[in-house]
Amino acid sequence: MGKDIREDIAWAQINKDVLKSLESPRRMYWVILFIAIAMIGVAVGCEIYQYTTGMGVANKNNSHVWSLYIATFIFWIGMSHSGTLLSAILHLMHADWRKPIYRFAEAMTTFSLMTAGLFVLVHLGRLWMVYYVMPYPNERWVWPNFQSPLVWDMFAIATYLSSSVLFLYVGMIPDLAICRDNIHAGWRKKLYTVMSLGWEGTDRQWRNFRITYLTIACFLIPLAVSVHSIVASDFAMSNMPGWHVTSFPPYFVAGALYSGCAAIITLFIILRYVFKFEEYMTLPIMKKLVRLTFAIAMVWTYLNLIEFASVWYGHDQTAKDQLIFKATGPYAPYFWAMIFFGSILPLMLAFKRFQTHLPILFVVSILLNVGMWLERWMIISPSFAHGHYPWTWDHDQWPSLVQWGIVFGSFGWFTLLFMVFCKVFPSVSMYEVKEMVYHRSLALKHKPAVKGDY
Amino acid sequence: MSITNLLENWSDFRQQHPSDDRPHREYKWAMSIDLDSCTGCNACSVACYAENNLPVVGKEKFAHGHSHHWIRIERYWDNDGREFADQGAQFLPMLCQHCESAPCETVCPVGATNHTADGLNSQVYNRCVGSRYCNANCPYKARYFNWYDYPTTDNVWPEPMNQQLNPDVTVRGKGVMEKCTFCVQRLTVAKSNARSAGRGVLDGEVQTACQQVCPTGAISFGNLVDPLAKVGKQWMTQQVELNKDKQAKDVKDVEEKAAKLRGYRILEELRTYPSVMYLEQLRESAI
Repeated sequence: MGKDIREDIAWAQINKDVLKSLESPRRMYWVILFIAIAMIGVAVGCEIYQYTTGMGVANKNNSHVWSLYIATFIFWIGMSHSGTLLSAILHLMHADWRKPIYRFAEAMTTFSLMTAGLFVLVHLGRLWMVYYVMPYPNERWVWPNFQSPLVWDMFAIATYLSSSVLFLYVGMIPDLAICRDNIHAGWRKKLYTVMSLGWEGTDRQWRNFRITYLTIACFLIPLAVSVHSIVASDFAMSNMPGWHVTSFPPYFVAGALYSGCAAIITLFIILRYVFKFEEYMTLPIMKKLVRLTFAIAMVWTYLNLIEFASVWYGHDQTAKDQLIFKATGPYAPYFWAMIFFGSILPLMLAFKRFQTHLPILFVVSILLNVGMWLERWMIISPSFAHGHYPWTWDHDQWPSLVQWGIVFGSFGWFTLLFMVFCKVFPSVSMYEVKEMVYHRSLALKHKPAVKGDY
Repeated sequence: MSITNLLENWSDFRQQHPSDDRPHREYKWAMSIDLDSCTGCNACSVACYAENNLPVVGKEKFAHGHSHHWIRIERYWDNDGREFADQGAQFLPMLCQHCESAPCETVCPVGATNHTADGLNSQVYNRCVGSRYCNANCPYKARYFNWYDYPTTDNVWPEPMNQQLNPDVTVRGKGVMEKCTFCVQRLTVAKSNARSAGRGVLDGEVQTACQQVCPTGAISFGNLVDPLAKVGKQWMTQQVELNKDKQAKDVKDVEEKAAKLRGYRILEELRTYPSVMYLEQLRESAI
């Protein structure tokens, strides 16, 4: 395996390369931005229609009350986990190969959480009353129901979102100072000046910065685990067959890390290509990332099998019927597609040949996420279609175009946020890449020069 | 949920198990439905539409599963090889079971659905945000969501039909969940009258709309705490107990007795402890 990063990149070169990504967007950038905005337009149109007409236009019904909105909500929440994995967990583990790629992963965390939050609103029958879910002082002392997993959700997501925004921002301060010092005058200069909080790179600042960063990282890790466990509780705490599974929280967390890692691979390839970050987002790093994804895919597969096995050998006939229905009923094509994309396809990531083959990885990583989206849908819809009470079985329900439109638009919203981020903030952490280069060159000095791995 | 409840009597706020009978000192509204008497005529459903201002959503929306029948007649056929027409349907009126340990109550994020001291499962329309978690968790799927704005945009009660709306019952707007209330508006009036007279509500003094119209008298409704009430007697003769998840009919040791017992509750094994007892239909083979 080659080197994660060249040791002889000059620091000024790093600044130059990264700062270049903030300048003069190419035409393709505007085209993608326009497409993203058009996608959002579709979703906004659908939402306005749904808001004014009623939830009925989503084509849900009284036995099938949740559908794509909740599935996509879990999908986006899941997507947000890998940023924390890369930036916080790997930070604590001193895995320094994360350094060139964690920034955009962290941004992805924040933006996918912001996307997920929208689905909660879209899903509500009376979204204008959404503030009822928050505990706020009122003259009647009416509080939300603290027993409800949805209320836990609200707390978990709000906390996770605010913490990851903070983490993203704090980690960016030294870089913002670099931007401030290098960019020509204009609104951006003012923005960076304010946001870099007077960073000068003194020893004291660095010391405080390190401690703060480490503290937030430690704070964020339990949050990341808890937020998806709580989303899993929405299902595990209910009594629906197919949902009432003890292993749901770890299963959800594994699925979240999985889809997040796959998304990082996708964005890695896009950024590497678009911003010409070949020096920083190198193939050896990709290889490590792919191996991580493969490992998580196998964990997810294992937990998935555990779920099936425990249902199969359990005494709950309804849950068993539900599982058989999933595998053989009208949802069978999607169910098996989920198994294929989620468990079979990642097996090819085990082969070295594919671990650095970017075009293949690009397609595979997107397909993995398709599989993970299907997984969420396969958790939601079949349970409603084939629940406890046979009279309410409804095997024909299909989400309307309004639902698909909003789901479609959410990808545009995420793309828009991410594109704007990439042009306004450095998507590669300059100071940490410098650190990495420095440490590698030190190691090189102390070690007799040998060719090959290290 | 008030702050006082949170601080002082949390344990009173949520009873843990229906055997803890403190909340039901005076009233425990319950129902029993004799499936042997039910002819599936749907009068109960119609009466409920009239009493509770249920919107008639029309053929198309009904086909989409957007119906609002708080009490619905379910049809079942024996799959015993007979020709379809000869099988003879069996009917089961399904309504909110007012579970003592209701799955819908715990999951509502805003506490819009609660248990009353009378053992009703109440729904506060003003508080509902429409997350539909309650219906997701209801094993009977006996809750109905307002998928459209029926009173205004869908115009289900055009002039002068709005004149026939029951003034005692709210007309629900879009985006809220609703379900059978055991005709709580009638219960309130009956309790108020009884209180003025300085007594409790007598058996038969209050009837639900579905019970009132049932031509075969299949539905009885009353106070389970009252030993003289018909409902209480029925529950007792059938040896159906509120706080059990398996009734005498299905317990093996009383098998000889079981032949005569017909009382059961639907999906009891989920430990929802429903307040509606069903009396099994007598089959020809059983007679």
